[in-house]
Amino acid sequence: MTTSHESEKETMDTSVKPSSLADVAQAKPTKVPGTRALGTGLETRGVHAWFGKHHALSNISLDFAAGTVTALIGPSGCGKSTFIRTINRMHEFIPTAAMAGEVLLDGKDVYAPGTDVTKIRLQIGMVFQKPNPFPSMTIGENVLSGLKLAQIKVDNKDDLLEESLERAGLWSEVKDRLGAHGGSLSGGQQQRLCIARALAVRPQVLLMDEPCSALDPGSTLRIEVTIRHLSDTMTIIIVTHNMQQAARVSDYTAFFLSDGGPGQMIEVAPTSEIFSRPQDQRTENYVTGRFG
Amino acid sequence: MSTTITAVPTKPWQASKRERALDTGIFLAAITTSFLVVALTSMKGKLAYFTIFFIAYALLTSVFKATQRGSAAAKDAFVNSLVAIGAIVTVIPVASILDTVLRKGLPGISFNLFTHDMALATPTDPLNNGGLLHAITGTLTMVAIALFLSVPIGILTALYLTEIKGRFTGPIRFLVQAMSGVPSIVAGLFILSAILYPITKAYSGLMGSLSLTILMIPTIARTSEEVLNLIPNELREAGTALGGTQWRTVAMIVLPAARSGLVTAIILGVARIAGETAPILLLTGGGDKVNPNAFSGPMGSLPYYIWKSFNAGSPEAITRAWAGLLVLVGLVLILFTSARYLGSRKVAK
Repeated sequence: MTTSHESEKETMDTSVKPSSLADVAQAKPTKVPGTRALGTGLETRGVHAWFGKHHALSNISLDFAAGTVTALIGPSGCGKSTFIRTINRMHEFIPTAAMAGEVLLDGKDVYAPGTDVTKIRLQIGMVFQKPNPFPSMTIGENVLSGLKLAQIKVDNKDDLLEESLERAGLWSEVKDRLGAHGGSLSGGQQQRLCIARALAVRPQVLLMDEPCSALDPGSTLRIEVTIRHLSDTMTIIIVTHNMQQAARVSDYTAFFLSDGGPGQMIEVAPTSEIFSRPQDQRTENYVTGRFG
Repeated sequence: MSTTITAVPTKPWQASKRERALDTGIFLAAITTSFLVVALTSMKGKLAYFTIFFIAYALLTSVFKATQRGSAAAKDAFVNSLVAIGAIVTVIPVASILDTVLRKGLPGISFNLFTHDMALATPTDPLNNGGLLHAITGTLTMVAIALFLSVPIGILTALYLTEIKGRFTGPIRFLVQAMSGVPSIVAGLFILSAILYPITKAYSGLMGSLSLTILMIPTIARTSEEVLNLIPNELREAGTALGGTQWRTVAMIVLPAARSGLVTAIILGVARIAGETAPILLLTGGGDKVNPNAFSGPMGSLPYYIWKSFNAGSPEAITRAWAGLLVLVGLVLILFTSARYLGSRKVAK
């Protein structure tokens, strides 16, 4: 485990100072889907989303291969966040929300009647834009809060605590103050605490909704390293406005766009291709910074 | 040769000596004005001094600032003095009440006050005869029962309004707001006619507690609702996204995050009822003996004791009443302090 961490870190560090996003994207090997049976496959079939009468998202069909990182990019308001919230069924918390289509986790539709929605959310974890550790809990309690919330019993909590914090890249910084409050950490540490919290229930898929947008570059880099490590064992979908970040961390990139109507997916391809030879003119305009 | 520049910390934004002297001058001028007006016109009394002083001070500072820095600074100075007046006007009556209660109540405080009841004494007896143990225990019992009943109901109501947001949210919120304006005598009469006359047919501490519960629920529900609304939605989402049901999320994350605010809500509820007198007079039957049973027999209470002693009229009885008031104020103070302490204490570990 440790050795693979270190080798991963080296590939991250050697890829600094790139001349273009395409170089960044090509500096790391793209994982080929299906070669690693480490997580669960996730597919969406014709997903639409509405808020009241407003059609926010139209006909998204995307496959997320196990053990890959997929970045969702696109201008604000094109439905990226709405899309990932339909995946773990957080979309339905907006009172006016509606949806159509299928979200298949391991071949089963998460919206099928009789599905236990809390079980779905245990399998599909989520990290939010703003770090949101639970204020009434200590660092340790925060990490294990998912177990308590879902009433899961584990034999060795201390091991799980250490493992989750280790995977989130936070263990060495907090191991001596697990009893301190989550609020006493810096913003970047809080976000990694939230990642550790999501990892503790052992999800197979992790959704990240602009996890670095409130953080400084140093913390952002730490989280990107964490994401690369995590992708060995799980499927990750990350929404980001940071093109560099998409190029650095993702194996696949999907470009979303709204032309005034509902958000649509314009193109999905291996990240190196999206940044070097996109098929669609609009994708090229976006990734080269000509708009958005 | 290198020159070291030593920087001396200064505070250039602070008022200069001249400005401070001018401020003092304005202050003295305002005092002089108030004395002059009182001496020369028919406006008399302590209140006149205060009122005229404040008006004069506010006007003089604004006029002075206007000549110095223009009308915006003048408005600023005027509002500043208004705020200061508001603060002082609020503090004066509270301080005055506390002062009066302390001065008149302290002579009546003695050890036997806390060890004896009035079973074998009357309010007009010498002060070393009898005490108000029955009133203290009675008030504590009734407040405890009212807390026991109204805290769950009040907080559950608030949770319905903030977390469930069901179809009846509007009507319930309206009802709770209307209930918080119910005069206490109405709550007393309601229990009297709905429970005491038709069912129990006897005075008891429980009847008093029930009326206090009616008064306490809306205070707790409204304050708790406001506190729960302040809890960021991200925390609820985080809890749900981790696989918690709504109830687990509320119980484990929302309520603990709101804890100190909920304690404040409960404190405000106790403050609302601790000194309530009207329903107590109607429902508890007074009683001069320590009665540990809230379900049967008359139960004393501090407000009742104070009311009864004042009515007796003799100097001893009046002193007893003031002592009772002091004990009531002290009791409420102890409750508040301990609740604050419990609410603000950090999570264990």
